[in-house]
Amino acid sequence: MSDAAAIHAGAEPAEAPLTPESWGKLGMWLFLAGDAMSFGGLIVGYGILRHASKNWPVPSAVLGINLTAVMTFLLIVSSVTMVLALAAIQDGDKRRFKKFMGFTILGGLIFLGLQAYEWTHLIGHTLPEHNLAFSKDLFATTFFILTGFHGMHVTGGVIYNTSVLAAVSRGRYEAKHVEIAGLYWHFVDLVWILIFTFVYLL
Amino acid sequence: MSSTAHSTAQYIKIFYILLALTVVEVAIVYMGLPKFLLIGLLIILAVWKAALVAMHFMHLKFEKKFLSIVAIIPFVLCVFLILMLLPDIFPR
Repeated sequence: MSDAAAIHAGAEPAEAPLTPESWGKLGMWLFLAGDAMSFGGLIVGYGILRHASKNWPVPSAVLGINLTAVMTFLLIVSSVTMVLALAAIQDGDKRRFKKFMGFTILGGLIFLGLQAYEWTHLIGHTLPEHNLAFSKDLFATTFFILTGFHGMHVTGGVIYNTSVLAAVSRGRYEAKHVEIAGLYWHFVDLVWILIFTFVYLL
Repeated sequence: MSSTAHSTAQYIKIFYILLALTVVEVAIVYMGLPKFLLIGLLIILAVWKAALVAMHFMHLKFEKKFLSIVAIIPFVLCVFLILMLLPDIFPR
């Protein structure tokens, strides 16, 4: 062992930990950290409002747990197809990449369709039946803010993934771009896992 | 270092674990457990699932430590936020 190695034994490697392999990846992580704080603020605020409310309904009595369990399943599946798409393009297999990226986008679209169906049903039938209304009742307000903020993220993710698919098809994007798009998509999945627990299950 | 981590079999394994945890979550809601037990279990399961997604799908496990620090900061701040609001949540 050389002297230099002996000095640094147990310390960080010479390559600085602040230097990423990819600045784009670091940039996406910083954005996601900020975005996580937005969601964190909303979820903590939701928890405090719920705690302070006297007549908070039992979520599973108002919201359809089974439908949202399917939506959770869908997002997890689309996360898996996203990593499979990344694995495909890393192997240089563009055909397989396009197939799995297509599934990922489709998963996002079906999720949005189910959410639209859920919202329509809630606004039209379930909430009036329980005497709950958006902007008048904290349960409904926080529900629509949280799921709506997340739904906008899914919408953004579908657009993002579609443009990445198009850019890869035209040969402008490579595996590293897909990996960064994947980070965003998995983050949206991760946030839904938390929202599913806090808003629907608890 | 990341190419070995990207094995498809590993991704599929994580998928089955996530799926199983989701089924457990929904099942325990219908089981009618005591409230504090249910809340505790659901939060543990949710954090577990979120960690699996971050570690494996977002490759945090195989990245430099710095990215993990970036990722953990929002959670630390949320814990601080809750602590700072505790006097308002439980007023005397």
